[in-house]
Amino acid sequence: MTMAKEQLNPSGAAPMEKPPKITHGVLGWMRINLFSDWYNTILTILALYLVFLIIRAVVDWGLISATFGMSPDSCRQGEGACWGVVGHFWGLFMVGTYPYELRWRIGLVLFIIVAMGLASRHSALRSNRWYWAAWVALVVPVFLLIRGSSILGLEVVDSTLWGGLLLTMMLSVVGIIVSFPISIVLALGRRSEMPIIKALSVGYIELFRGVPLITILFMASVMLPLFFPPGFSVDKVLRAQIGIIMFYSAYLAEVVRGGLQAIPKGQEEAAKALGLGYWQTMILIVMPQALRVVIPPLVGTFIQLLKDTSLVSIVSLIDLLGVAHVTTQNPDWLGRVVEAYVFVGFLYWVICFSMSRYSVSLEKRFKAGQY
Amino acid sequence: MTENGNTTTVISISWWRNQQVRAVIYQIIVLSLLLGAILLIFKNTMTNLEERGISSGFKFLSNEAGFGMSEALPIPMPHGTFLAFIFTFMAGLVVAFLLNRMQAARGKTIGDSTFLVLTVIFFLFVIPGSILYFMGDRIVSSTYTETSSYAMGLVTGLLNTLKVSFLGCVLATLLGLVIGISRLSTNWLVSHLAAAFIETIRNIPLLLQLFFWYHAVLMALPGVQDSIKLASVVILNNRGVYLPDPEGTASFGLFTVAIFLALVAIYFRVRHVNQIRDRTGEQLPVLMPSLAVLVGLPALVWIIFGSPFTLSYPVLGGFNFSGGLWLSPEFAAMLFGLVIYTSAFIAEIVRSGIEAISKGQREAAMSLGLRPGHTMRLVILPQAMRVIIPPLTSQYLNLTKNSSLGVAIAYPELVSVGGTILNQSGQAIEIIFITMCIYLTFSLLISMFMNWYNAKNKLVER
Repeated sequence: MTMAKEQLNPSGAAPMEKPPKITHGVLGWMRINLFSDWYNTILTILALYLVFLIIRAVVDWGLISATFGMSPDSCRQGEGACWGVVGHFWGLFMVGTYPYELRWRIGLVLFIIVAMGLASRHSALRSNRWYWAAWVALVVPVFLLIRGSSILGLEVVDSTLWGGLLLTMMLSVVGIIVSFPISIVLALGRRSEMPIIKALSVGYIELFRGVPLITILFMASVMLPLFFPPGFSVDKVLRAQIGIIMFYSAYLAEVVRGGLQAIPKGQEEAAKALGLGYWQTMILIVMPQALRVVIPPLVGTFIQLLKDTSLVSIVSLIDLLGVAHVTTQNPDWLGRVVEAYVFVGFLYWVICFSMSRYSVSLEKRFKAGQY
Repeated sequence: MTENGNTTTVISISWWRNQQVRAVIYQIIVLSLLLGAILLIFKNTMTNLEERGISSGFKFLSNEAGFGMSEALPIPMPHGTFLAFIFTFMAGLVVAFLLNRMQAARGKTIGDSTFLVLTVIFFLFVIPGSILYFMGDRIVSSTYTETSSYAMGLVTGLLNTLKVSFLGCVLATLLGLVIGISRLSTNWLVSHLAAAFIETIRNIPLLLQLFFWYHAVLMALPGVQDSIKLASVVILNNRGVYLPDPEGTASFGLFTVAIFLALVAIYFRVRHVNQIRDRTGEQLPVLMPSLAVLVGLPALVWIIFGSPFTLSYPVLGGFNFSGGLWLSPEFAAMLFGLVIYTSAFIAEIVRSGIEAISKGQREAAMSLGLRPGHTMRLVILPQAMRVIIPPLTSQYLNLTKNSSLGVAIAYPELVSVGGTILNQSGQAIEIIFITMCIYLTFSLLISMFMNWYNAKNKLVER
C-alpha cells in the first residue's frame, strides 16, 4: 500500500486523508444499517415514525386508558381496552363449559405435560427411547383424564362441554397425531408401483387438496350422519375432528412426498441389497432421512392445522375463536369485540410462533448431528 | 438370467412369496374393501334419505330461491350475442392452441412468424372484441333476486367468489412484493418491521383476522350521518366503503381499442428490438417508445373524443349514500383480511425467491460486463421467477379457497350461498358435490398452469 502511494506521489509529500468512517460500535452500526445514504435515512425516519404511532396507539389503548376492573361498570369509565372481559370469561376461554368441579383433571394433564417437557432438558433423557415411548403412551391417560371413563370411576365429560383453548388443543393434537401416520401411508401409496394403490392415493390427495377445508367440515357435519345406518350417531366434535384429519392427511402426504423425493434412490437399493424388506427399508432407512429433510414444511403444516381448527366455530363448535365470538354477544359486555379478539389472537400467535421457533431449533440440531 | 446363454439358476420360490402375485393380492384386497365401504355408505345414505323424505337429483336447482342476497353481480344470459362472444373466443383459443402445436412440431414458436401472430390476434381478440364493441349493448343480463332460481343463486355466489378472489390476488401480490422487498432491505429498521408484520400475520388464523376486520373495524365505524371522509373522496361508515366510480362514456369503447392497439404495437416493437439484438448485439430503446405509445394513443383518443369516463361521487341522499362505487362491509372485510393474510405469505415467497439466486450469478453477469439493470432483468429475475411462480400460483389458489370463509361473515360467496340453499332444501349431497366440483376445477386449472410453466421453464441440464 505505502509502496504504491510513494510511486504515485513521487514528490514525497503524502496528501492528508480524512479519517475513515466509524464502522464499529453503536454509531458505526447505525451508520451502516440505518443511515447509509439519504434514501435510507428518509426510510428510517418514516419507519421510526410508523413504529412510534403503532406503539403509542397500542400502549394507550391497552395500558394507559385501559381498565382492569372485573365488573362491566368499571369499563364504562375508561376510553381504552377493558380487560375485565378476559378476566370474567377466563374459564370459558380456557376450557369452555367443562364442569368447574372437574377442572382439576385438566390441571393434572397440564402438570404431567409440563413435567415431561421440563424433563427433556436432560440430554441423557432425550436420547433414551423409553422417554419418547412414554410421550406416545401418554396419549391414553391424557385422553381418559379429559374425557373421563366410567370404568375407572372418572365422571364422563361429554365432548359437547369441551371448549375454548382445550378444544382447540385437543382438535390440533389429535389431528396431528392421527393424520401424520395416515399421510405417510398416502405418500408411500402415491409412490407405489401398484397401479390401483397409486391411483387411489393420488385421487384422495388431489381431491382433498383441491377443496377448501370448510366444505370438508360441512361434509363431515351434514353428510357423515347420512353415511351411517339410521340410529347410529357420531358426536359433533368427532365429526369435525374426522373432517380435519381427512383434509390434513392429504396436505401432510404431499409434504412427506417432498421428503421422499429428496432421498437418493441408492439408499433404497442399498437397503434392498442388504436384504431388508419393503417396510423395513421404509421405516429404518428412508423415512428417518426423508422426514428430517421436511421438518420446516411439516411444522408449517402443523401450524396451519392449528390455525385451521378455528374453522370449527363455523360448524357451531365453541373453540377458542368461538368463545371470543360468544363473549361479544353477552349483554353485559356488549361491544367488547376488540379485547376478546386481541386476547385470542395473542394466544394463537404465542402457540404458533413458538412452534415455528421450535422447528428452527430442531432443524439446527439435526443439521449439526448430521454426518 | 444371463444374456450369453449360460445356464440360469432359477431359485424356485413359493407363489405367495412372489412379489408380483402379492401386489395383485394386496390391490384386490384394498379395492374390494373400498368397494364394500362405498356400497355400504351408498345403501345407508339411500335409506337415510328415504326416511327423511329427501329425493336426490338436481331438479331442485330450478326451484325458487326465496332468500335475498346483499350483493349480486348481473349475470349475462346465454342468449344470442353473449353466446356468439363466448363461441368466437373459444374458437380463437382453439386456433391459438393448434397453431402453437404446429409451430412446436417445427421447433419454433408462434412469435417467430408475423403472419401467425396477426392470425392469433385476429381470432383471439379482434373477432370477439368487435362483437363486444358493436353488439355489446344487446347482451341480456339478469341480476339475482329473491324470486330467482337456486341455480341463479349459485352462479351469483360463484361470481362473488371470483370477484373477491381476483381483486384479492392482484392486491396481495402488490402488497406482498413491497413487503418482501422491504424484508430484504439493507435498512435494519425497515427489514425488521417487515419481518414483524410477516410473523404476526402468518401466526394468527385467517378467520380471526376476518372477524376482526368485520366486527371490530368495519361494523364499528360510525353511522351514515357521521361518516368518516378521507380526502373527501373515500367515505367510510357502518354500511360500507364508498369510492368514486368511473363510468364509461361514449368514447370508452374507442379508448379500450386504443389501449389494445398500443399493446399490439409494443409487442411488435419488442420483438423487432430482440431480433436486432440477437443478430447484431445492438440494444435499441424499448421502454421509452413503449410508454410513449401506451400513453400517447389513448391520450389522443381522450383529446379528440372527450373523456372516456366520468367519475361519479357518492352523494348523501336521505338515509344513505347513493352513486359511487359501494363496497359492502362484508366484501371490504373479506378483501382486507385475504389481502393482508396472503401478502405475508407472498412476501416470504418473494424473499426466498430472490435469496435463492446465488451471488455467483450476479458476479458472473457483472464480470461479463452487463449493466446492473440488465443483470437484474436478464439474469436474476428470470431465475428468481422460476422459484417464485409455482408457490405464488398456489397462494392464489389458497386465497380462492380461503374466500370460502366468507360464510362466517355473511359475504354471499359460493359456500355461503350453498349453505343457505342446503339449509332450505336439505339437498346436502348435491350442494356439496357442486361446490367441491367448482373448487376442484379451479385447482385443476391452476395445476395445469403450473405444469405448463414448469415444463416451459425447466432447468436445461446436461
